[in-house]
Amino acid sequence: MATVTTTAEIGGGTRRAVRYGSISHGRKKALYWSYFFLSLFVIFFLTPPLYMFITSLKSSAEIGAVTNPWWVYHPTLDNYVSLLTSEQFLTFFKNSVVVSICVVSVTMVIAVLAAFSLARMGFWGSATLATGVFLTYLVPDTLLFIPLFKIFAWVHETTGIELINHWWVLIVLYPTLTVPFCTWIMIGYFASIPKELDEAALIDGASYFQVLTRIFIPVALPGIIAATIFCFTVSWANFLYPLAFTTSADQLVLPVGIVTTLIKGDVFNWGQIMTGALLGAAPPLIIYAFLMDYYISGLTAGATKG
Amino acid sequence: MAQVALRNIVKMYDKTPAVQGIDLDIADREFIVLVGPSGCGKSTTLRMIAGLEEASSGEIFIGDRMVNDVPPKDRDIAMVFQNYALYPHMTVYENMSFGLRLKKFPKQEIKDRVQNAAQILDITDLLDRRPKQLSGGQRQRVAMGRAIVRNPKVFLFDEPLSNLDAKLRVQMRTEIKKVHQKVTTTTVYVTHDQVEAMTLADRVVVMNFGRIEQIGPPNELYHHPKTRFVAGFIGSPAMNFMPARVVNGGNNLSVRLSDKLSLPVPENRMARYKPYVDKEVVFGLRPEDLIEGRSELPPGSAAFEVQLDVVEPMGMETMVYFAVDGVEVCGRVNPAAAKGAGEKMKLVADLNHMHLIDPATDQVL
Repeated sequence: MATVTTTAEIGGGTRRAVRYGSISHGRKKALYWSYFFLSLFVIFFLTPPLYMFITSLKSSAEIGAVTNPWWVYHPTLDNYVSLLTSEQFLTFFKNSVVVSICVVSVTMVIAVLAAFSLARMGFWGSATLATGVFLTYLVPDTLLFIPLFKIFAWVHETTGIELINHWWVLIVLYPTLTVPFCTWIMIGYFASIPKELDEAALIDGASYFQVLTRIFIPVALPGIIAATIFCFTVSWANFLYPLAFTTSADQLVLPVGIVTTLIKGDVFNWGQIMTGALLGAAPPLIIYAFLMDYYISGLTAGATKG
Repeated sequence: MAQVALRNIVKMYDKTPAVQGIDLDIADREFIVLVGPSGCGKSTTLRMIAGLEEASSGEIFIGDRMVNDVPPKDRDIAMVFQNYALYPHMTVYENMSFGLRLKKFPKQEIKDRVQNAAQILDITDLLDRRPKQLSGGQRQRVAMGRAIVRNPKVFLFDEPLSNLDAKLRVQMRTEIKKVHQKVTTTTVYVTHDQVEAMTLADRVVVMNFGRIEQIGPPNELYHHPKTRFVAGFIGSPAMNFMPARVVNGGNNLSVRLSDKLSLPVPENRMARYKPYVDKEVVFGLRPEDLIEGRSELPPGSAAFEVQLDVVEPMGMETMVYFAVDGVEVCGRVNPAAAKGAGEKMKLVADLNHMHLIDPATDQVL
């Protein structure tokens, strides 16, 4: 009873407004800051594409004129029409598509098989090999293209096969970048699948290959999609290797093609450059938009368990 | 239907022994439980029977066939895992039929077998669901169903109830027993819970440090443990152990626990304990053999008075704790007769159930 009277006295005397929801108060504050920084981030990253879009709708004359660069006074689709009807641009596009699809297929087959054996078969030296795979990813590709030239020259000398200046050589080159990273993502993802699952499948009568195809690939699908998207982005957007290894206009892929053919001497055809860049960025954008959820869950699963 | 035999099985991890020479014969249709503390080698033994681990030496037989070099899928076994290991992307039906589909059974037979197993386990309504949509107990049933449909020679259970809450565990324990009564397949079951071991097993195998301490039916282990470890491991609360000395008092023997407390050895045990007169031993007595004092003393019992340290009412019984020469001892008394902590209480020890243990070898004498 004594405690009741004490509280009553306090309540009657120095009454202070009791505030509830201290957690939501703190959350609000955190949210304000989140929005602030997110807005900065969005402005910073979306301004260039927006500018590209605005410029792509202008004629060369309007781009050269002294007007507000952020506004289109005479919108036109000429740039789009001329690019999409240009044989050359369509060749670049076709080269890029074929290269990317082949690279993604080759990479995913190698990476999934490699990751499964490294993560699950537990053979002698598998842990060291897994680390080794990741280390190869850390070698910058700028360091690699001179040794690669040497190798190509050697191949040409010994077999007579010319590898330089062919778009299809990129199908051999890009996996050196994509396979290590995709394998590494997949090792992390496979490692997060409980060991009992493959043991149960083995007891149920599955072979190792069936464990992979019937259990691991379906369960690890988010991880596989994440790796696929990464792989596609790398092979679609890589600039350095095609610049170094392909020169003829009919062998170029999109990123290099746009830059080399639309800049003639010191004449920059800005309208078409911006249009080409936008069109080139469209496929990855569409793929991301559809598969974003998978991509995120795939990356985080790899992150927590790797 | 098959018997399982282990002959001098050893498992080494690098140079650390996990299992050190196990011999075990499991009869056809028998329900065997391997029980022991963590790291005693019971799961490793089970995994060697399953073929998920290779034995470092020794022989494993399933039926008449030595299976050391036979891969798990050809051993004709089914295993239920602690975390159920259900395939998350398949429905319950697909989970249960996975093994049969791999073995290319006819569709109709797969369907019949799954239906049959689902009926035994009462999961017919769940066949279209995915594991994510099931509760722990339901998942456990599906895992068992996946084992049953294969109609294997041997069931292997690796701590299947450890992930369930206490109430469900008791329920599923009964369920497993019922299923075994219906299916009667030879079963090897691993658990660290001695209650599970006692309630389920035809025979219990108690393991410790990679060795078998004792094999026997539950009641035999309970009443006639061969080692101190078994005596202490089986039974809850655990058996009381007190350092003691066997004393010869003319034509009777007694066990001297402290300066103030000596208990007479019952007549039928005298011959057994005679060789140990004046030797240091460990006296073991279960809490249920240490009860409240009654008016008439049954033969083979001794009464004494103690001062209670802690009293724990459990409802149907009350645990009383007191010290004998600094060693804490537990008694199990009728709640109506229990006294409060700090009070004196008269207790009766039923010495017909006493054990004496050689402290040097830890063998029960």
